[in-house]
Amino acid sequence: MSNDREVLIKVRNLKKYFNIDKNIYLKAVDDVSFNIYKGETLGLVGESGCGKSTIGRTILNIYKATSGTVEFKGKNIYELKGKEAKEFTRKAQMIFQDPYASLNPRMLVSNIIGEGIDIHKLLTGQARMNRIHELLELVGLNKEHANRFPHEFSGGQRQRIGIARALAVNPEFIVCDEPISALDVSIQAQVVNLLKDLQEKMGLTYLFIAHDLSMVRYISDRVAVMYLGSMMELANSDELYENPLHPYTKALLSAIPIPDPKVQRKRERIVLQGDVPSPINPPKGCKFADRCPMATEKCKNERPKLEEVKENHFVACHYWKEAEKRI
Amino acid sequence: MKKILEVKNLEVSFDTYAGEVQAVRDVSFDLYEGETLAIVGESGSGKSVTAKSLIRLNPEPPARYKAGEILLHGENILDKKEKEMQKIRGSKIGMIFQDPMTSLNPTMTVGKQIMEALMKHQKVAKSEARKVALEMLRMVQIPNPEKRFDEYPHQFSGGMRQRVMIAIALVCNPQILIADEPTTALDVTIQAQILDLMKNLQEKIKTSIILITHDLGVVAHSAQRIIVMYGGKIVESGTTDQIFYKSRHPYTWGLLNSVPRLDIHKEDGRLDSIEGTPPDLFAPPQGCPFADRCEYAMEICRKKMPPQFETGENHHSACWLNHEFAPKVENPTQIAKKLQKEEVQMREQ
Repeated sequence: MSNDREVLIKVRNLKKYFNIDKNIYLKAVDDVSFNIYKGETLGLVGESGCGKSTIGRTILNIYKATSGTVEFKGKNIYELKGKEAKEFTRKAQMIFQDPYASLNPRMLVSNIIGEGIDIHKLLTGQARMNRIHELLELVGLNKEHANRFPHEFSGGQRQRIGIARALAVNPEFIVCDEPISALDVSIQAQVVNLLKDLQEKMGLTYLFIAHDLSMVRYISDRVAVMYLGSMMELANSDELYENPLHPYTKALLSAIPIPDPKVQRKRERIVLQGDVPSPINPPKGCKFADRCPMATEKCKNERPKLEEVKENHFVACHYWKEAEKRI
Repeated sequence: MKKILEVKNLEVSFDTYAGEVQAVRDVSFDLYEGETLAIVGESGSGKSVTAKSLIRLNPEPPARYKAGEILLHGENILDKKEKEMQKIRGSKIGMIFQDPMTSLNPTMTVGKQIMEALMKHQKVAKSEARKVALEMLRMVQIPNPEKRFDEYPHQFSGGMRQRVMIAIALVCNPQILIADEPTTALDVTIQAQILDLMKNLQEKIKTSIILITHDLGVVAHSAQRIIVMYGGKIVESGTTDQIFYKSRHPYTWGLLNSVPRLDIHKEDGRLDSIEGTPPDLFAPPQGCPFADRCEYAMEICRKKMPPQFETGENHHSACWLNHEFAPKVENPTQIAKKLQKEEVQMREQ
């Protein structure tokens, strides 16, 4: 299915190491490759520290990659210069997690939303103001809100302002970095529905980063699971949730309590022991080996590659076949 | 079951420069021995303020207890002086907070922090306290407790810090443990560990737990009874099954419908959101606080606060729809419909 779709973003062997001390590196993203197709939502999930936000930022060239390439419409974004580089910053936008920290408290909402329009010299004067009003209405606020400051808004409303800011420059691709995790449950649903509507209306492509797996299932066409800087599994979202192959994905899914007491009481859960190891000195073999219930010597020494084991279902595990039966 | 805590008509306000915030309005509930009672609500619903009132942790001023009583073994907590409260906190009622990163003292070793809680409340020698503290660390399953005892909070991961918090809260064997969003800051695999740990410890030392959370999955997993709060009021209360399957309040319906389910794929891919935002507690509406967002709102809802209608055994819903003259509205939640279907299938078989 996805073979005949247009690839918007092509990530190959992407690495992002942070230099912590002399010759000590934190391997936040460690050799990751994947595609994002035009018009889809790719969900990126994992626990904190697994490198999901770093991927989002590296793809937008906010962080310089240590090695590897990211192609946007066939062009490596790290080699773009001048006009093209600026054009990329227009086409690829970001929505941030914390709506309290990501809006400048000293700027009027109209200027927060209009800043991108000014930088890219898209509109001026009344046309610019009209566009800002249009954007506010698009995200479910109203025109009068343009002349207010961020502190006058609730968390959900601020997130809407953040979304309007991202949309102001007519982007094609948006990285949503945990856009709903700071919001209340009933407000989360509003924002997710808004993001879906906008995608339909404008043909946007999303990379949706989150740790809430149930919400990711709702919004994503495909979902990728990260662990300690590596991608463990990537599949269409229904396939991933109904038929997970990697032992880590299985444990992760079983750990999420289901809001239905009768179902939850009957569920068998795989409770993982211990914490995520440090990304400063990650295990040599499979990164999940020391918490995995079925790890062997091979797992500790040899890192499995992400391979397509079924159609559009990628998994990085030596023993996915056994895992399918056993857990 | 034995009642150990009784809250009667509690009203808490905060006096701010902008006026009085009526955070908790006329809240009453009981807590029984050995149970886990969940208080569910969005931010600003008054759930944390209610819980903190139980050990008078809301700073006074600005907080003001306008009315009501909190009876612990028949004694009113709201009449206690600060000195007396210090004896209750930690020894009779323990508390763990949402953010284990900021609620531990960064300049003290974790072992000392556990010992401090014990030595403050019980006359024990230092060596004895150390022994008990070490035992506590073992009980909350910190690997290598002897070595970890002398380490500082920054050397611990988030999950480990929350374990230390639990150890501090439980070291004096309190009868009540208040857990304010204990797993919200943690990853799901760690959340599962902590929830299991709390359950095991509860069985071991027979504490009652008041679990404050907005995560309905956590509630379904851990609680026996649930209180749903909205706009500073209790809108519904009952057993876990009653609230999830037999709810009689539109806010609870909205809440249940707006959380996505991991195990169910929804065809149209849209979430049912509750439109609008919670009420302004500077000037709370005189009627039902949910009326403005409620699709079933009637004229009376805006005029008069509904009483707690009895909608089942120990199940109370503060909604006019439960009045005998109100139009009959079926519970519209996915989860209730699913259960009905299953029950019909069972009967047919």
